[in-house]
Amino acid sequence: MLKDITIGQYFPGNSLIHRLDPRFKIVITLIFIIMLFTGKSFLCLAIGAVYTVIAVLLSKIKPKMFWKSVKPLLPFLIITAVLNLLLVSTGDIVWEWKFIKIRSEAIDISVFMIVRIVLLIIGSSLLTYTTSPITLTDAIERLLSPLKKLKFPVHELAMMMSIALRFIPTLIEETDKIMSAQKARGAEIDSGSFMTRTRNMISILVPLFISAFRRADELATAMECRCYHGGEGRTRLRQLKSAPRDYIALAVTILFFGAVIAVSILTKK
Amino acid sequence: MAILETQELTYTYSAGTPFEKTAVDHVSLKIEEGQMVGVMGHTGSGKSTLIQHFNGLLQPTSGKVLLDGKDIWEDKTKIRNVRFQVGLVFQYPEYQIFEETVYKDIAFGPKNMGLDEAEIKRRVLATAHDIGLSEELMERSPFELSGGQKRRVAIAGVMAMEPKVLILDEPTAGLDPAGRDKILSHIKAYHERAKNTILIVSHSMEDIATFADKILVMSKGKLFCYDDTVNVFARAEEISQIGLDVPQITKVFGELKKRGLDFGKEVYTVGYARDLLLRRLKEREVQ
Repeated sequence: MLKDITIGQYFPGNSLIHRLDPRFKIVITLIFIIMLFTGKSFLCLAIGAVYTVIAVLLSKIKPKMFWKSVKPLLPFLIITAVLNLLLVSTGDIVWEWKFIKIRSEAIDISVFMIVRIVLLIIGSSLLTYTTSPITLTDAIERLLSPLKKLKFPVHELAMMMSIALRFIPTLIEETDKIMSAQKARGAEIDSGSFMTRTRNMISILVPLFISAFRRADELATAMECRCYHGGEGRTRLRQLKSAPRDYIALAVTILFFGAVIAVSILTKK
Repeated sequence: MAILETQELTYTYSAGTPFEKTAVDHVSLKIEEGQMVGVMGHTGSGKSTLIQHFNGLLQPTSGKVLLDGKDIWEDKTKIRNVRFQVGLVFQYPEYQIFEETVYKDIAFGPKNMGLDEAEIKRRVLATAHDIGLSEELMERSPFELSGGQKRRVAIAGVMAMEPKVLILDEPTAGLDPAGRDKILSHIKAYHERAKNTILIVSHSMEDIATFADKILVMSKGKLFCYDDTVNVFARAEEISQIGLDVPQITKVFGELKKRGLDFGKEVYTVGYARDLLLRRLKEREVQ
C-alpha cells in the first residue's frame, strides 16, 4: 500500500532526455509551463501537446507511467470540469434539464482545462522521471546561486531538500515496520471503526516522529564529524556540464514557445 | 499435537514484477507445544518472513499455516485473534513504544483484546515481574528508561497478551552481554512459569545452545533442518557450509576429536564441557 507512492519517482535510463543537463531541464520545464498558460486557443494547446508527445517519446519511458501520475489527480480534474460545465454562462445552450444548462462554450472550456492540466502533469513528471532527485537539487542550487548575493541560504535550502528526498523511502520502510509491530499487538489499522482507527494512528505516529527526530540528530552529528560547515568552498563530485544538445533542446523549446505566442497574437485579431 | 504447523508454505515478494523474489519456499514443519525453539539463518534466508506468517501479518502465496490444527486464514475477519495467540516481538521492539507510561504501553495489547481493567492490571503486573521491571517503573515515562529497560518494556507488551506461542526476533540485538543474559534468563523464567511455546531468532549460537530444545535452520528460503539441538550441532560441517556458525565450544571439541580425544558426545555448552572434562580428569586420577 505505502510502496505505491510515486512522488518524484526516478526511472534510470540513458535517453536523450535523461542525459540533458538538469539545469536546462528545469528551465525548459518552466518555459513549457508558461507556454501552456500563454496559449488561449486549441491550436496553442495542440502545439503544446505535440511538444509533450515528442518529449515523452524521446525519454523512452512507458506512457503507462505517466498515467500513474495523472490518476491521483483525476478527482480534481473531474471537479474542475464539472464546475466549468455548470458555471460558464456564455454561448448557446446545447442541453437543458430543469435548472441545469450546458452551453457550448462551457464544453469547450472544460475540455481545454482538462487537456491543459494533463499536459502540465505529464510535462512536469517527465522532469522527475528522468532526473535523479540528487541531481535535481544540485541543479536547483546552481540555478538559485545568484540569490546568494541577497544572503538567501541557497546551499542550505538545497541540502534540506536532498535530505528530505533521501529519507522518504527510509521513513516509508520505518512506517511499515511500526505498523506491523502494532498490528502484532492487535491494533486495528486496516479494519475497525473510524474512531478506533484514528486512535490507533497515534500508536504509529508517535514512534515514527520519535525515530525521525532521532535520525535527524544522528545525521547532524555524523555531518559534523565529517566537518560539514555549509556550502562555502565545497567542491563537487559530479560537476554539471552543459553540452551542445542542451542548447539545442532549449532552442527547440523557445521555438515552440514562440509559435504559441505567434498563434495567440494572430488568432486574437 | 503440534501447536503450529506449516504445510508447503511459500511466499513470493512483488510477484509478477522484475523484483520478484521467493523468500520462503515450500516450508513444512511442525512445532510442538511447550518447546523452546531457536531459529537460525543467514540474513536474507527467509526467517523473518517465515515468522511473520505465524501470526498472520503476511498471507502465504501458497500453502497453509495451521494453529492448533486450524488454518489461520480460514476466516480472514478473525486474523486478529490469531495475533493474540501468537505474539510476535520484532527486532528492536523499543521503537514501537508510544504511551506516556510504562504501564499503559504494556497494557496496549491486552486492551486491544478487550479484557476488563482488573485482568489487564493482573497481566501487566505479572509480566512486568517476569521480565524484571520493578513496580515503581510502571508510572514512569518509557522514554526516560535505559535501552535495556525499554527493550524489556516492549517485550512485556507482547507477553502481557499471554500468547500460546511467543516469537522473538533477535531480542538481544544491540545489547551489552549483561543486558543480553538478563533478557534471556527472564524469557527462560517466563517460559518455565507460563509453559508456553517460544521461538527465538538469534545469531548467537552460544545463546541458542543454552536455551533451545530444538533448532530450526533456514537457508535460502528453504527449511535446512528442524531437529533437536544435539542433532543440529552434530552437523557442524554442513552448518558452516551454509554460512552459519556453531558454538565455539563445539568447535573446540571437534578439534579435540580430530586429535584423538573423543568424548563420544556432542558438546555445545560451556557448562556441559566443564562437567565432561572434570569427569575425565577424575577417571584418570582413579586409574
